[in-house]
Amino acid sequence: MSDHDHIYSTKLQDKIERNTLLMFVFTAVAVAVGGIVEIVPLFYLPNTGMNGGDGTYNNTQHKDLQGKVIPMDKIIWNPTTSEHKTLADWQPGDGVRPYTALETAGRQVYIREGCFLCHSQMIRPFRDEKDRYGHYSIAEESMYDHTYQWGSKRTGPDIARVGGKYSDEWHRKHLKYPRDVVPESVMPNFFFLEKNPVDTVKTVKTLEVMTKMPFNPVPTTIYTPAYLAGAAAELEGKTEMDAVIAYLQSLGNHVKFEKGVNYRD
Amino acid sequence: MIARLQKAVIRDGPFTLKFSVDNHRFFNLLSGGDTVEATKATPVKYDMDVVRWFTIAAVIYAVVGTLIGVYVASELAWPFLNFDIPEITFGRLRPLHTNAVIFAFGGCVLMATGYYIVQRTGQTKLWSNKLAWFNFWGWNLIIVLAVITLPMGLSEGKEYAELPWWVDIMIAVVWLSFGLNHIMTTAIRKTSHIYVSNWFTMGMIVMITYLHVVNSLAIPVDMATSYSIYSGVQDAMIQWWWGHNAVGFYLTGGFLGIMYYFIPKQSGRPVFSYRLSVLHFWTLTFGYVWLGAHHLQYTALPDWTGSLGAAVSLAMIIPSWGGAMNGMMTLSGAWDKLRTDYILRFLVTAMAFYAMSTFDGPVMAIKTVNALSHYTDWTVGHVHAGALGWMSMISFGAIYHMVKKLWNTEMYSEKLVNVHFWIALVGAVTYIVAMWVSGIMQGLMWRDYDEFGTLTYTFVESVSAMHPYYVMRAVGGAIFNLGTWIMLYNVVMTVRQASAVRGVNAVPAKA
Repeated sequence: MSDHDHIYSTKLQDKIERNTLLMFVFTAVAVAVGGIVEIVPLFYLPNTGMNGGDGTYNNTQHKDLQGKVIPMDKIIWNPTTSEHKTLADWQPGDGVRPYTALETAGRQVYIREGCFLCHSQMIRPFRDEKDRYGHYSIAEESMYDHTYQWGSKRTGPDIARVGGKYSDEWHRKHLKYPRDVVPESVMPNFFFLEKNPVDTVKTVKTLEVMTKMPFNPVPTTIYTPAYLAGAAAELEGKTEMDAVIAYLQSLGNHVKFEKGVNYRD
Repeated sequence: MIARLQKAVIRDGPFTLKFSVDNHRFFNLLSGGDTVEATKATPVKYDMDVVRWFTIAAVIYAVVGTLIGVYVASELAWPFLNFDIPEITFGRLRPLHTNAVIFAFGGCVLMATGYYIVQRTGQTKLWSNKLAWFNFWGWNLIIVLAVITLPMGLSEGKEYAELPWWVDIMIAVVWLSFGLNHIMTTAIRKTSHIYVSNWFTMGMIVMITYLHVVNSLAIPVDMATSYSIYSGVQDAMIQWWWGHNAVGFYLTGGFLGIMYYFIPKQSGRPVFSYRLSVLHFWTLTFGYVWLGAHHLQYTALPDWTGSLGAAVSLAMIIPSWGGAMNGMMTLSGAWDKLRTDYILRFLVTAMAFYAMSTFDGPVMAIKTVNALSHYTDWTVGHVHAGALGWMSMISFGAIYHMVKKLWNTEMYSEKLVNVHFWIALVGAVTYIVAMWVSGIMQGLMWRDYDEFGTLTYTFVESVSAMHPYYVMRAVGGAIFNLGTWIMLYNVVMTVRQASAVRGVNAVPAKA
């Protein structure tokens, strides 16, 4: 008997090894399983910030110590039920909202400059992170972040809740020449942002794209035709520096966190 | 039997590599007949020109990719190096570094070795030589586009998947041309069994296709910008499903294919255990896919997903170490060769780093460790233990081996191969140690409380404490980069010397 007729493993393995199509099919199935098990449920289980379409966010229920369920309207801004009806009226604490036109332009610059490579936007539920950055981040807070910006590295600090911590003027100085403000910083100088006007066409198009997303689109009750029509005017005369500062100032103050509520399940 | 095998290997006849089964019999997986028949077989003329070009490209990209790495590392040590030029700031150059080493260097190595191995183990020409050339020029065009678009700031905002949407479409097309050609060449092989290297390459082809397509789904705004169709939690999970499996199937699976071919060939010994390689392949293929979630522990991702990822990560020590053992023990009975064979040094050191980083990884996936290590330089150190120690070392070994075969010559200087080995080793270890120390230090500083119950350190104190380690990292990287220049010089001189003798294309690696 020549060597290659001998089966050294199992009959099935031997069969697979001799047949390219079988090998392909078995491999294609084997590599698919893990991803399906871990990813697909995130689209229908609660606590994933996924708008299931019926307003219950896949039955997400955040409860306080007495077991009382916090209405989702308190966590995610709903212009129909909120006393503040438009993006311009929205106040911190009204709940998670999508970005304004200027913030959207700033976010585009944030991604373009690769800020996410050094700054995370995801606070973990640890004592030191609470003391340093604030309340831990919850799924709903990034539900409108198409292309999430959680990051993976803190060469610089987390900025999930940087909004309102510093003045616009501080940010302007710091972004232009970081070492003028923080001598030990290793951040590049972004002085050139002040010379670039905001790309109005791109930004307005981005707002439209956000309403067309298959998952967690921005409701047209928020990006109303009137808002989109006025977006270009909001961007008039603004620089990329203004836009980035507006974006940073919008981070992390959307939800009014209540003591004793478990926002993780 | 052993004598016959060794003779065959030395002659580099039709593929006579074998698996040893339980140490007493050889399993002729590759030749479709026994050794005697195989040596009598008609020589096959392989399509090796495209392999030569991919090999040369890989050597060049090794120099370029690590050089950019040294520069971005230096920018963190000495920020003035950003020079107030937007195109070379850290945020724009870092993606160029990762893309250059992963897709330019790694990709060219995988395609060179993929086409080399699949022809030789199947004793057949490529299914389509034309398609392989399309693959070569297409892949290099993508690399050129990356070099142009990334410094311009075109980014999708996802790590290792920054390239704009229209380049993503090109990547899918060119990647599938590689996949189709490789799998069809496997299908038309003259041997009865598919060699283990080609299993791993097939796994990589399928998985990277899934990952790239699913993770890159986005709605374009214009040519420069597009936004992922997913958001928040779902986008994070899909990104790290991509991110970790690009490591698992491309930087690990693909390179394990290299390991299973080049270690036996270079050492002249059969793979230690065939059964272990079966186990290695299927457990890795099925299991690695689950690991991505360990990148998102304690984030807003539901706990079960991160914990599941961590549990499977721990289990992956078994196949990883099994595989590392399989590569290492292939040398059993031939360890003395390490004294004289510098190429083998690269290959075996790579296995040591593979074992080390596949231990480091599961440890970091443990939730309590991850709480400290996540967001720190420890992650960067871990990645580079894999990238410099495992992936690059195995690639360098394979490249030297292939250059000798492809141009049918000896190296211009064996001594320089040895010099490259030691330089690469010192550079890699310097880099990794720097990042481990700085990473753990960062993690400890961030969570430290003083006697009054307040945070001991401000964030910026941790930044300035990193400075010496960032310098050390840049130095380690520079040393490693120096080694790639030596390889480039040595390979160029070898090719020139071979061409001078008989013209580049005269002898396509004896069949």
